[in-house]
Formats: sequence, structure tokens, C-alpha cells
Amino acid sequence: MSTDTQSTPDEAAPSRAELAARIEELEDALAEATDDDAPSKMSIIATKGTLDMAYPPLILASTAAAFGYDVTVFHTFWGLDILHEERSKELKLSSIGNPNMPVPNAVAAIPGMDRVTTKMMERKIEDNDTATIAELIETSLEMGVEFQACQMTIDLMDYDENDFYDGVTTGVGAATAIQDMAEADIQLLV
Amino acid sequence: MTEYEITETLDVQGENCPMPVVKTKQNIDRLEAGEVLEILATDPGSMSDLGGWADTTDGVELLDQEEGDDIYTHYVRKTE
Repeated sequence: MSTDTQSTPDEAAPSRAELAARIEELEDALAEATDDDAPSKMSIIATKGTLDMAYPPLILASTAAAFGYDVTVFHTFWGLDILHEERSKELKLSSIGNPNMPVPNAVAAIPGMDRVTTKMMERKIEDNDTATIAELIETSLEMGVEFQACQMTIDLMDYDENDFYDGVTTGVGAATAIQDMAEADIQLLV
Repeated sequence: MTEYEITETLDVQGENCPMPVVKTKQNIDRLEAGEVLEILATDPGSMSDLGGWADTTDGVELLDQEEGDDIYTHYVRKTE
């Protein structure tokens, strides 16, 4: 019979106890690898400083914090204005270059038009009870979101470290952002 | 309709994304395990948003969601 040639001596087969120990070992390794206890991380790079583009990073950051994520938002170039206490209250919506705006570009280019479209947007935000940029920043800070202001851009724009909201981290650069992104489960460039 | 013993009510009527979810999280954090938060919202997006949040977040359980006339009521229990 063919089964006779396939000899598996009993002493070579692992015992039930050995298998159980092996399973436990693998489960421990799996638990360590998946590390359920450590919070997930999200890293956002905010590069834009117009009124419309200030919203996505703040909404996503505060919402991710509500999901239990450790969130870092690295603000660079015009994104820095979102963290600037004074400038964040004066963010503008550009009327030009956006084909979805109700005014043709030739009209949108007239001086003062940005102010008109910004007012329009601000009124819509108010009417819709959408949170303001300042509210979203304060809420995010309360929820533990870390806002970082790129040091190189602070110097480039001639801003002062005291210009930013309390709780904003300064003195950080691209390497910090890369480190955050490398460790993050979600990385976004806005 | 199942009744829950509501520990606290959060009124986010008139508020929009992301506030219903964010404020729910902030309020849940202040509750003890087993307690139930009732959330009153007018944002239609809160149906999907709060459901998704509760699904993905550890330590909370979505008990029920009711769609009324212009009001969405959610019940979330803190489980741990």
C-alpha cells in the first residue's frame, strides 16, 4: 500500500501542547505587529491660505481627532495664514481663476472683486451656520490636534512666532513633516 | 421604539459638518462607560457621519438613529 511508504513516526509530529504554544507565540507576534492600542495617526500638509482652501484641512483634522487619530497639520507657505491669529480672520476668496464663480474672469479681475466674493462667501458661511476658521482651530486644538508652523516660511513671510494662535508649534521643518508622514496611516496634501 | 436611559443630551441643531461629530466625541469623553448620549441635530449629513464615526471608533456603540421632521436624533452609548 502506498500509505506504508509514507511513514510519519509519532515522535516527529508536534504534540498538541507544542502546537498550542506555537499558536500563542504567533498570536502575540500578530498583536504586537498590529498594535491595536496605539492610536492611528494622520498627517496633513496645508499649503493654501484662501478662505475656501482653509476649510478642508481643519474639518478633516478635527474630524479625525474625533475618530481618535493623533493628528498633525503642517502649515507651509500660504497655509501658514490659517494659523496666523490676525490673518486667519481675513482670509480671502479669489474671484479670478475659478470657472465655477458666477462672474467671468474679465470682471473678476477688476480691483476690489476679491473683497466682494469674499464677503459673499462669508455671508453664506454665516447663513449656513458653518463653523468659522477660528472656531475650527480652537476646537481642533481642544481635541489635541497639533498645528505646526513651518519655520522656513515664518522667516520667509517675515512673521513672528507670537503671531500664531496659542498652542501652535513653531520651529519645525520639512524633516518633521516627513517623519510624521512616515509614521501616519493617512497622509494628505491640501 | 426602544427606550434608552439617556444620561445627557447634546444639542447641535443648526450646526454643520464637522461639528456634530466633533462635539459628540467631546461629550462622550466626559461620560462614564455605559452612559448614553442623545444627540439632536438638524444636519442631514449627521445620519451617515455619526453612523460612520460610531462604527469606526472604539468604545462607542450607536444604539439608534431617528429621522424626524427636520431633526435627526442619535443615541450613542459609551462602552468603555
